[in-house]
This record gives sequence, structure tokens and C-alpha cells, in this order.
Amino acid sequence: MESHVSHRERLWLYILVGLVLFFLVAPAIIVIPVSFSSTMAMSFPPSGWSLRWYESFFQQEKWIGALWVSLRVAFGTMILTTIVGVAASYALNQGRFGLRNLIRTTLVAPLAVPAILIAVGVFFIYAALGSMLNTIWGLILGHSVVAMPFVILTMTAGFNSYDASQEMVARSLGANRLKAFLTVTLPQLKFSVATSMLLSFLISFDELIISLMVSSGPMSTLPRVTFATLRDDVDPTLAAASSLMLIVTSLPPLILHLLSMRAARKEGRDAG
Amino acid sequence: MEPAALAETAIPQAQLDRNRHTLNRERRHENWSMLRLTIPALLIVGVLMVAPLLWLLSMSFVDIEGNYGLGNYRLFFSEPVYVEIFLNTFKIALMVTVISVLMGYPVAYLMSILPPKWAGPMMLAVLVPFWTSGLVRTFSWLIILQRKGLINETLSWLNLIERPLTLVHNMTGTVIGMVHIMIPFLILPLYASMKAIDGNLMRAAANVGSSPTHAFFRIFLPLSMPGLIAGTIMIFVMSLGFYITPALLGGGRVKMIAQRIEESLALYPTWGPAAALAVLLLLMTALCLWISLILVRRLSPERVR
Repeated sequence: MESHVSHRERLWLYILVGLVLFFLVAPAIIVIPVSFSSTMAMSFPPSGWSLRWYESFFQQEKWIGALWVSLRVAFGTMILTTIVGVAASYALNQGRFGLRNLIRTTLVAPLAVPAILIAVGVFFIYAALGSMLNTIWGLILGHSVVAMPFVILTMTAGFNSYDASQEMVARSLGANRLKAFLTVTLPQLKFSVATSMLLSFLISFDELIISLMVSSGPMSTLPRVTFATLRDDVDPTLAAASSLMLIVTSLPPLILHLLSMRAARKEGRDAG
Repeated sequence: MEPAALAETAIPQAQLDRNRHTLNRERRHENWSMLRLTIPALLIVGVLMVAPLLWLLSMSFVDIEGNYGLGNYRLFFSEPVYVEIFLNTFKIALMVTVISVLMGYPVAYLMSILPPKWAGPMMLAVLVPFWTSGLVRTFSWLIILQRKGLINETLSWLNLIERPLTLVHNMTGTVIGMVHIMIPFLILPLYASMKAIDGNLMRAAANVGSSPTHAFFRIFLPLSMPGLIAGTIMIFVMSLGFYITPALLGGGRVKMIAQRIEESLALYPTWGPAAALAVLLLLMTALCLWISLILVRRLSPERVR
């Protein structure tokens, strides 16, 4: 949409938007230079450069342990939520049973419920059960609640654009249902499945509030240790930890976005 | 074919009934096996979220002494600390929402009218913080806003201030950090609804002599309303339940509902007071989302005159 206003007349808008974009981007990446600082002072720009805070990160059991817990929990959440979510989305898309809307709403509901309430609820159930607090499985199941809506929404969009009669053809040719699903349907939905896996991994790796309520000590996740350190004392190792978290959680979506932009541009060129 | 022959080949009623019966049974079987596939997902969300929320609802009616009634809810009105927390929460959520709209609307607007060559990188600038962990960004703001942080050093270097400003561990820091987290949640739906606006409308307005400002307020702004309202209410609702940013950037001085819920768990021997707060937060969230749904439906483009 071009407009009849000249660029000069709109200069104030360009400057304003530029400032807002700077406000958005700069704080997101400033931890990276700070993490290479050589001094105790966490300031920007750093007065000297070194890798000592990364050394500090990888030498302390507190941080290494937390990273390991986070990776295991995120991996578990990814596998569990994706399998369970793909099965549910398939059924919600293909099935013609009543209750479908109610079930879909329930599975997407965690998006609308404030995280603190989900955390309190999970904490209550685990406290009542007694044995789920401070366990990997407790964290995985808790994170799965938060990740579920994203898998359901992604997979529903995938199934909606998929022609289900192909699976019917495979079945009429003699494949059983599971085999038809795994060999005909799933390969065509691999992009949705990969997106679901990525999202559920990232959501779990980032999750803080549930972890804060249901884990402590050696079972703490990386965000949980970061939060506690941030609140209680000032340690530049935080900058190294934050940079690592930043790279793990921002790089995959960034790469995907750039790839999809390039694909869109190529498509545009081919079409034109 | 002779009518008599047709009658002979006609399928007997009993056979039809049997077929229908089998088909029905197959359909029921199919539906059941489909329903079964949703059970694991339902169990996770049901047991870990729905059940505890219902339980919290019931616990909210049991006060500290173990009496049934509205005792916990009455605390909200009798204890000044609660009144202050509610007012504080609403004030912060409102400030965050207004600032986010003022900063986010121009970005979404410019992105929607610029060619993809420019809109693409701008979108990336919105998405990068969106993908960055809220905790990491909160930490960044601590570095930037602290006493000897980037802002204070720059301002004193420019001789604009004599003593460092207190930008963090208070309301200011909390609002700045929350705005930073919320703006992408406003820009993304807003941009989507602006992209759907027919550019010819603005050109038509210019052709019939409307000034750009006039055309913007009479045509573009009303047409972008559904996205604006959806985004605005979403960030307001999310702000109401915020926990991490106020806890870290507020330095313990900024109290919002979510922190009070967590504190109440440690403070009181029963779940009652925390449960009542939780129910209140949930009701406010549901109410806001419901209003947003109605408004968006009412303001959707085909109904704008």
C-alpha cells in the first residue's frame, strides 16, 4: 500500500519507529557482550574482554547441573507433548464424536490461564501425591501442560491443510490404520511436527514459574537457578548463563524464520 | 426390468436393519477409538490444571479458621494491604498497556504500509525479543537501568543529571521491563489486522480530498480496531498475572496479585486466602477475554460503516 504522504513528511514516524525497534532489540542481546566482560562489574560496554564467566559457569556444579536438568526436562517435554498432542489433534480433526469442542477448548485452555495459577495447581497436586516434587517427571509433566496448547494449535493447522482421503486410500489398499498414519499422513505433516517439537522444547527450556514451585536444590532448572541468583546476589556468571539461554532459545526460531523468508522470496521470484 | 423382478431383487427389510445396525456399531467403535486418542493429553491438562483449579475454587470458601463462607473474599475489602495490591496491579497493567499501544501502534502501522524489503527486517526486530526468554531480558534491564548502568552513565556523561536516577527496584523498572515483554504481543495481532485493510480505501479518501490525517482517523484507525482491541486486552490480561518481572525489577517493593498468591501460600496455614486470590485473578482474566471476544466480533470490518 503506497501512500500520498512524502517520506520527508513522515520522517518523524520513521524516527519514532526506529527508536521503538532499538528499544526492543538492544536489551534482548546486550547480555552477550556483557558475558565476555573481564571485570566483576556487569556494565555495558565492558571495560575488558575475557571468557572467565563462561569458565565460571562450566566449573560450578550449580550451573552445570541446572543446564543438564533443563536439557533433560526440555527433551522429555518435547517427546511427551508432541506424541500426546499429535494423537489428540489427529483425533480431534478426523473424529466425528461429540465433546470434540469441549476437549479442544480444554487442551488449549492453558494459554489463557495465568502461569502462576497453573504453577500453584501443579504444586498442589504434587504436594498431595507426595512423590512428584523435585523429580524430572514432575517437571516434564508440569511443563507439558504449558506446552500442550502450542502443539495442539500447530498440529490442528497442519491437519486442516491435509487431505485425509490419502490415508483412506492407503487403508483401503490394505495398510492398517497405524501404518497408514505413520507412512502416509505423518511424512506430509513433518513440518508441523518439527514445529511442535521445537516449540515444546523451547517452552520447557524457558519455563520458570512452575519450576520455581515444584523444584529446588539439585533438581533446579537453569531458569530457576538464574532467577534465584539474580534475586539473591550479583554474579557475572549470570551473564554467561543468560547468553547460553539466549542462544539455545532464540537461534532455532531465528534460523527457521530466515529460511522461511528466503523460501518466500524465492517463491515470489519464481512466480513473477 | 419388470416390476416383479425388481421386487425379487429388493433387499429384505431385515437385511437393511442389520446393515444399519452394523454401520452404527462401526461408527460408535470409530468414534470411541478416536476419543481414546485424546485421553493422554486430556489427562495431563485435566489432572494438572483443571482439577487443581476446581479444587482451589472450593478451597477459596474455607477461611483460615476452617469455616465455610466468604471469609477469604471479605479479607479483600477489610485488609488495606489487599486493596493496595489490587490497585497496584491494575495501575501497572494499565500503564503497561497504554505505553505498549503508544509505542507499538506506529511500528505496526509503518510495517503494514512499507514494502516487504523494509517490513521483513522490522518484523525480525519485533520477533527477536519475542523469542528471547523473559528472564534474560529482565536481567538485561537490570544491567541497563542500575545505578551505574548504561542509562545513568550516559545521562551523567551528557551532564543532564547530577545524581543517578533510581530506575530499577521500583515501579519504573517494573513497567519498563513489562512493556518490553508485552509490545510484541500487541504488534503481531495489530499488524495482521492492518495487513488485511484494503489500501484502495486510503487512496480513495485522498482522491475525494481527504487529508492524510483525516483519512487515517476516519478509515485506517477504525478498520484496525479489531486487532488493536484483541492485542490491548491480551496484554492487559497478561499483565494482571505477571510474576517474574515485578519480582526482579520491582526489588520486592512492587506488589502484584501473582506475588501475593505465592506469598499467601507461605503466610497462611491454609490454602484459603491464596485460593481466593487465584479465583479472583482467574475471573478477571476470563471476564477480560470475554469482553474482548464480544468487542472484536462487534467491530469486525464488515460492520464498520
